[in-house]
Amino acid sequence: MMTLAKLMRRSETAVFLIVAAIMVVIGLINPAFWQADNLFNLLRANVIIGIMALSVLVVMISGGIDVSFPAFAAAAMYLTVLAMNAYGHEGVMLPFIGATLIGLICGLANAFFIHTFRMIPLIVTLGSASVVRGLLLGLVGTSIVNIDRMPPALIAFGRSSLDIGGAKLSVMVFVYLAIAGAVWLFLSRTLTGRSIFAYGDDAESAKRVGFNTRRTVYVAYGLAGALAGFAGLLHASMIWLANPRDFVGYELDVIAAVVLGGASIFGGRGSVLGTLLGVFLLVLIKNSLIIMRVDNTWQGVVVGGVIVVATALTAWRDRKTLA
Amino acid sequence: MAVPLIELRGVTKRFPGMKALDGIDFAIAPAEILCLAGENGSGKSTLIKIVSGVYAFDEGTLLIDGVPVSGFSPRAAIAAGVQVIYQDFSLFPSLTVAENLAMGRLLSEGRRLVSPAECRRLGAQALARLDVAIDLDARVGDLSTADRQIVAIARALMSETRLLIMDEPTTALTGREVERLFTLVREIRARGIAVLFVSHKMREMLEISDRICVFRNGRKVEEGPTTDFTEARITRAMTGQDLGHERYGWTGDAAAEPRLRVRGLSVGEAVRDVSFDLRAGEIVGLSGLLGSGRTELALALFGMEPEHRGTVLLDGTPLSLASVPEAVEAGIAYVPEDRLSEGLFMSQSIARNVVASAIERATRGPFLSDDAMTALAERTVADMKIATTDVEKEVGKLSGGNQQRVIIGRWLLTGPRVLILNGPTVGVDVGSKAEIHRRIRELAVKDGLAVLMISDDVPELLHNCNRILLMHRGAILDDLDPRGLEEDDIHSRLKTLR
Repeated sequence: MMTLAKLMRRSETAVFLIVAAIMVVIGLINPAFWQADNLFNLLRANVIIGIMALSVLVVMISGGIDVSFPAFAAAAMYLTVLAMNAYGHEGVMLPFIGATLIGLICGLANAFFIHTFRMIPLIVTLGSASVVRGLLLGLVGTSIVNIDRMPPALIAFGRSSLDIGGAKLSVMVFVYLAIAGAVWLFLSRTLTGRSIFAYGDDAESAKRVGFNTRRTVYVAYGLAGALAGFAGLLHASMIWLANPRDFVGYELDVIAAVVLGGASIFGGRGSVLGTLLGVFLLVLIKNSLIIMRVDNTWQGVVVGGVIVVATALTAWRDRKTLA
Repeated sequence: MAVPLIELRGVTKRFPGMKALDGIDFAIAPAEILCLAGENGSGKSTLIKIVSGVYAFDEGTLLIDGVPVSGFSPRAAIAAGVQVIYQDFSLFPSLTVAENLAMGRLLSEGRRLVSPAECRRLGAQALARLDVAIDLDARVGDLSTADRQIVAIARALMSETRLLIMDEPTTALTGREVERLFTLVREIRARGIAVLFVSHKMREMLEISDRICVFRNGRKVEEGPTTDFTEARITRAMTGQDLGHERYGWTGDAAAEPRLRVRGLSVGEAVRDVSFDLRAGEIVGLSGLLGSGRTELALALFGMEPEHRGTVLLDGTPLSLASVPEAVEAGIAYVPEDRLSEGLFMSQSIARNVVASAIERATRGPFLSDDAMTALAERTVADMKIATTDVEKEVGKLSGGNQQRVIIGRWLLTGPRVLILNGPTVGVDVGSKAEIHRRIRELAVKDGLAVLMISDDVPELLHNCNRILLMHRGAILDDLDPRGLEEDDIHSRLKTLR
């Protein structure tokens, strides 16, 4: 039984209340906010950041950090789109599997270095991000694949939507929620998923109890890479554009969303629900700033400020429970 | 004795350059509580690791149920029913109690999926066996240390356990929690399970065990039923010498201006209207249960509770004690309870740790001078009898007793007039402990240092203090004269306070 007090102490509750409060305020300022069109657009804007946030969440729970996902996403997207054009492929299933596999391989490479040489994840993923981006731009090319050359199947897939009361809700939102559900099941209901928490708590103890910690590390980073690769191609299909320089600066937004959702940078803590709420909160703030015509540069100030305040609040709360 | 559960005959274990165990005969019978006593490095930990299969030994035989076993491994030990509870419990704070309990079973069965209902069922079973109630859905990280330990014990007893090894299980527990643990250990014994107990606290060994084995320098030096032992005999066996347990007497001028005069000191709800005097050369004990406000009192005197009320005078001069530098400047030194997190820089050298609080004494112009630093550190090492030949050695590589001496030595460099010690010998072995006590007494007598000693170790207070203040719920209840008092007098006093 979850009592009300317990519910109130969960960080998910806090994020939810903040989201609700912001929505009420924006709704008062501009009632058009509550129109289905606007809300559906907002949800659509959650999809890519959200899938990437889930990828970072898994790594963060294991006690690591991943800043390579934007590069992996760009590589998976660009290579897949180029390959589709080269072979004139008409489906979407195979390309998405391909993009996911490219991300998976990159993620496993991260895991290899982190596990074999006991390297610090931040350094490894910074390095692999740089290498992957460099190789992509140097060997594959820098030209943007515009809408006129984008595979039509991909565009059609990205456009698919449901008509709900005259407003269009992108099917991609359901793809996102399905992935979130799968990640939740994986994290909470499989032994490997639980081993990621255990590993993030105390790697040594995890080994002592009998977890195969090598597999834990490979699964965590592999899954993170795979999700990034998938999100990369999905992004291209939603914006009808494949730019190899895409996703620069996504690290901050995504990691911010995960931290807002209550995950701990020190490992062991974090939840899918919290991450979904954190992503929604971040997108909501950014969108409202656009609606309020706040300059792009000032958006960075607001996002950065939100991160600092949110982490300060969680740190303050943790210290209070410790005392 | 019936056929022992596990027996070692003539077991020797060598490490490069030393014999960790030298021809040990050792046996533990079913339903027996055996205490291993010995200083750090005496071979207790090596013995535990041999019995749990972690170390292979060089000579001798290991028998299980009277049958010699070869190639004993951790897996074989677990199969033989040996379970070890390490000091850190090896639990996962993010997972629930139920998951922590069930995880081992699920893993050994090679499961892939985790069902919360099954975890809860396995967990409830494990807790029911110990007849304890802990919220199965609580995250282990939210539990108290004592409850975490119970979860660790419950987990260890989930398999067919026949021998439970507990490494210093009482270190982080309060008095009442220790009693609960002992009740649990006795219940475990009643089920025919043997318990091997490692502890530094002699009182506890005498209370809980059926038999005591004392190790020194890799040899078993004494063994016998607990009824044959006294604290003095254990100490003698552990250290090979009689440590003088002469009590500390203070011969000063009681009419003189006290070194520290505390009047009406309050810190929030934790310390309420506390007044006492501390004279030069006095060693005053501060006893009380955990949460009695003794640590807050010490922190207030060290300038870490700027919100306090009341007056504190040092040699007649009022102190505002609004910050640590101010307290240090005034001549107050504080050796914290947890030297790992509050005092030492583990990866730094002894020399750097020693000068950390007195950096201005090791400078030439605006720069730190290596020579001055080394000279200061070497003097402190000699002064505190820290066992090292090299002041550049990492502090983390020293034993607990030596680390504690580094901290005390560091504070002495600041030229303190009042020294506050919080648990000065927690986790320190007997020999080191006596050495630290000797040094503290010497400082009080020779240098006229006023010492305030907070400790859970009642004999430590009785032997080293000329007065003992008893604190409860933030107030000083009594000012005791240790002369004529025995340990049990204070223990029974503390018990009535609960």
